Amino acid sequence: MNWVGRRLRRFEDPALLRGEGRFTADVAVGARAVRFLRSPVANGRITALRPPEDMPPGSLFVSAAELGAIGTIRPMLYRFAYRAVEQPILPADRVHFVGQAVAAIVAPSAAMAEDLLEAVTFDIGSETALVAMDDALHPGAPAVHAVAPGNVAVEGVMESPEAAAAFASAPHVVEIALRSRRQNASPMEGRGGCAQYDRATGRVRLTASVQMPHMLRTGIAELLSMPEADLQVIAPDVGGGFGQKMALFPEYAVLVWLARRYRGDFAWIEDRNENLIASAHSRDQEHRLRGAFAADGTLLALEADILANVGAFSAYPTTCGVEPLMAFAEYPGPYKVPAYAARARGVLTHTCPMAPYRGVSRPVITFGLERLMDVAAKRIGIDPVAIRRMNLVDSFPHRSATGLTLDEASYIETLDDAAQHLDIPAFRERQKAARAQGRYLGLGLSVFNERTGYGTPAFAARGMGVVPGYEVVDIAMTPNGEVELRIGASPHGQGLRTALAQLVADRLGIAPESVRVIHGDTDRTPYGWGSFASRAMVISGGASQEAADKLAARLRAAAAKILQSSADDITLRDGEAVAGNGSSIALAALAKQVHQRSDLFDGFNLAESAHYDPPGTFSNACHAAIVEVDPETGHVRIERYLVVEDAGRIINPLIADGQVRGGVAQGIANALFEEIVIAEDGNILTGTLADYTLPSAMEIPEIEIHHRETISPFTLTGAKGLGEGGSIGAPAAIANAISDALSPFGVELFEIPATPPRIRAAIRAAEARA
Amino acid sequence: MKPAAFDYHAPRTVEEAVALLATHGEEARILAGGQSLVPTMAFRMARPGVLVDINRIPDLAFLRAEDGILRIGALTRHAAFEKPVAPGPVGALLARVARHIAHAPIRQRGTFCGSLAHADPASEWCATTLALSGTLMVAGPDGQRAVAAEDWFQGVFTTAIAPGEMLAEVRLPLLGPDWRCGFAEFARRAGDFALAMAVVALRLDAGRVAEARIALGGIGGRPELAPDAAAALIGQLPRDAAQSSAERAAAGCDPQDDIHAPADYRRDLVRVMVRRAIEDAIAA
Amino acid sequence: MSRHVVTFTVNGVAQRVEVEARSTLADTLRESCGLTGTHLGCEHGVCGACTVLVNDIPTRACLMFAVQADGAAIRTVEGLAAPDGTLNALQQAFQDHHGLQCGFCTPGFLMLSTWLLERDEVLSEATLREALASNICRCTGYQGIVEAVRSAARKAGRWAE
Repeated sequence: MNWVGRRLRRFEDPALLRGEGRFTADVAVGARAVRFLRSPVANGRITALRPPEDMPPGSLFVSAAELGAIGTIRPMLYRFAYRAVEQPILPADRVHFVGQAVAAIVAPSAAMAEDLLEAVTFDIGSETALVAMDDALHPGAPAVHAVAPGNVAVEGVMESPEAAAAFASAPHVVEIALRSRRQNASPMEGRGGCAQYDRATGRVRLTASVQMPHMLRTGIAELLSMPEADLQVIAPDVGGGFGQKMALFPEYAVLVWLARRYRGDFAWIEDRNENLIASAHSRDQEHRLRGAFAADGTLLALEADILANVGAFSAYPTTCGVEPLMAFAEYPGPYKVPAYAARARGVLTHTCPMAPYRGVSRPVITFGLERLMDVAAKRIGIDPVAIRRMNLVDSFPHRSATGLTLDEASYIETLDDAAQHLDIPAFRERQKAARAQGRYLGLGLSVFNERTGYGTPAFAARGMGVVPGYEVVDIAMTPNGEVELRIGASPHGQGLRTALAQLVADRLGIAPESVRVIHGDTDRTPYGWGSFASRAMVISGGASQEAADKLAARLRAAAAKILQSSADDITLRDGEAVAGNGSSIALAALAKQVHQRSDLFDGFNLAESAHYDPPGTFSNACHAAIVEVDPETGHVRIERYLVVEDAGRIINPLIADGQVRGGVAQGIANALFEEIVIAEDGNILTGTLADYTLPSAMEIPEIEIHHRETISPFTLTGAKGLGEGGSIGAPAAIANAISDALSPFGVELFEIPATPPRIRAAIRAAEARA
Repeated sequence: MKPAAFDYHAPRTVEEAVALLATHGEEARILAGGQSLVPTMAFRMARPGVLVDINRIPDLAFLRAEDGILRIGALTRHAAFEKPVAPGPVGALLARVARHIAHAPIRQRGTFCGSLAHADPASEWCATTLALSGTLMVAGPDGQRAVAAEDWFQGVFTTAIAPGEMLAEVRLPLLGPDWRCGFAEFARRAGDFALAMAVVALRLDAGRVAEARIALGGIGGRPELAPDAAAALIGQLPRDAAQSSAERAAAGCDPQDDIHAPADYRRDLVRVMVRRAIEDAIAA
Repeated sequence: MSRHVVTFTVNGVAQRVEVEARSTLADTLRESCGLTGTHLGCEHGVCGACTVLVNDIPTRACLMFAVQADGAAIRTVEGLAAPDGTLNALQQAFQDHHGLQCGFCTPGFLMLSTWLLERDEVLSEATLREALASNICRCTGYQGIVEAVRSAARKAGRWAE
């Protein structure tokens, strides 16, 4: 029975569908409520901070003074001119962004805590806020942090020796300037934690909506100088993360401090307003991109100047280098770039800190590179498919201009597949006919690769102080024959319990239903790095497969003893160990024998462990969008959205397609809808879901998916990661489609989200030029 | 995000409700559907000390056509209008408009009169009531008084209601078959507050416009009439005059800038929405 | 700051709770009734995660105070499956069509869809998407949800082909 490749329904679903899932807020019922006082000022000195005069029984006030000597959050990079910024858990003297937690109030209920927040005495001497990157980089601008004069926290610079000459002599040099506005990952469940003190053991259990429970435990133990073994972190059902729940946030440290100090249960459930203004933001970037092209459209050199607004602090453990340095290292994408020059800077401002969000910088660099291809094609007078085809990497492994190794992929094939599904000549006819009627249709392509499943070497190359990457999986068979798989990855909606069970079931010849995947509990799982960066299926999957193979070897050896055969002669299938001569024993019976009569098996047991730390692989895809733009209102309707995806071996197509669709929806949101708007004084003007506009079922179209399965030798299972690809490809496809639709007006779009007012402004500007 | 504390009363008659308003003065707010008030309370932008919940007043639960007037009681929910409530152009218009108000569950609870009392500048019912020259019936300590829609809207979220009064009913004229009504709005997402909207009511005589009213919403502090744009239609075939009417509406309005749309963009939208509303009226 | 004793039924079970006037129905269901299947996604009426049925009408439980529900019949996600946990047809369709990932928005979508299927109206692709636009999902891109409700509507004879 082959379970890998089947659309198996998820094991996670029934409890969630019955409303019986256990989310952090569910665990928090009954705990004392914690609410945070947040700064209304972006930059200033705290001049007064005192608890309410009338504190009812059961309430507490916690500020930096109460916390006393505890650590600060200070993640490190040892490269790229990194300036290590220190983030206090609660600030004693200065605030650095609107929304920064300044003090905590504890009360019997959240409503009472919010009443008390209003009675705190809190005065700040407001100073000029640096919100825009231009202002922060302006010569003579004050420093957001003294350790980073000039406000550049991290900077990467490289230039191939041939780049300057290539630009000087190229027949076509195309230059574009791109702007990606600030986004919020907006998982449906915000952040939150419930710290519970166990008086019997003195340990604290922190249940929290997080993606990296082990890292959080280490980080908090360090901050509070407590034994790490006295802290258990549980990531229960987690209502989405998308990167926003990776970081070590100050709020969690306060919860654990409270639980230890007051020997009780304390819960903070972030509300939506807090999530929008004070969790973590992303994608606030500006790029200037130049391409040197030969007369036939061959790309000769690429130059990128990348600015990322990293906010006021540096998220632990990824650091504020995560966006600028990913753009820096991965800009060439799936293309042959013979010469590359780049400068990437992370700019400190008085705004909410940046943290990774699904795709990190790749939605922005794909937007840049794919816009460049379309603009260049138009300039040179060739077809958008042709310019991509001639420049895509076509032999593997390929060493990129930045030293990355691109493994076997299907860049050209996915593009060709997409072109064929779209029937581009027929679309051009339809587009022409529609224009004659005053309707504007456009087609946009987006080809990209997605670096996934990378282990410690990739993170170490960034010079990170904390180098994530490997995964450990422990596997054991119970005496009754079920398999327990303990993983360090920490799924939060991805369906990993089902997919890993499929993978392991095949290796052990058992049904996936008898595999229990245990995750999200530092007491019950081996140290691991959690779920992010499209890594869990590749790395945890690889380790699971290896662990299962080791267990299979033990089972075969044990069966050989009982069946008087040799281990090589034993096959595991349908829940049995079967010898070549047809004799067999049920695995449950075998497991019982091994556990209960280990004397017969030389003390042998049925537990194994495996470690996997792969170099990384590249998934790839071609996205295509057909849109209709209403030039009078700037409204964009997506008529068709198509994805040709290649993520290697697909373990569960149902789950894989869900990941792609969800990613595309977030990419469409990025392209058209979502923007955190910040006023000049640093206040956030989009603090509600009426203002920060997440798209609904009316805005997200049906998404058509086609697969290719290029099996890479770079991963153990043949699977490549695919969690981020959807959101990476969509902004470029949509922006290219809008530009194509509006080409009669001479409009080219270089800013996302491409909101109706921006589209109208572009049309008006083009009309004024004409 | 929890509301500030308040006292709650659920009167059974309009008189009791009005008496509660008299007792508690400025502190008291009427709670009907709650779909606008409760979110602002959650953010503590509104913090009434007393809520007077009118949902248990049977006398306010009515919707009926009477002598050419549509009488909409304070407990009539938006969803009641999703299918035409009366034959003729007004019932049909209200059904087309209702579908644009937020989303189905909101329409099940939110009320027509609540929208008028809240007076959000982007409320569809506010612009509609203005375009149709509706009348608002306000209950107070001295009984009911009538306020014309044109006098109702005084500014952002402010109306002609006086302290101690509540909006009990809205009356809309059920225009005759020689009238054509049209509606157009533009919102970024389905169900969002519109960035601009237009409601038109045209009386045709031998195909030409004899009377016209055009109301704009979503563009400024309150819904407003566009009399110049309406005048441009008089004596004309509506299709021929739609564009010039739209241009006048755009030229004559004073749209606001906010994070969702700059003023010049809203002006563009007004032009397009007025033209489309006229086209919608013709097609209806 | 009035407190009120409120009685209502939840999934057919009588409940008597004492609440502050400011307690929303959502918080009351979660904290006083122990029914944590109703989730709070935004607490300002936009996301729909807390949708429950009050007297068979879909209601944002964050926009209704518990005291307003006195005497009402309330239905929540916990009331959908059979007592032994067997999923009902709609829930099963969500699993079959991968209509959920993280599951946080799911109770709201289920209750909204329950209402859509109980109304005396047939659904079409357009009316279904328009109705589902009431709620926000961040994981699925909605397609699995649309497919699930479409499939359940077909089986219930409420789909316009």
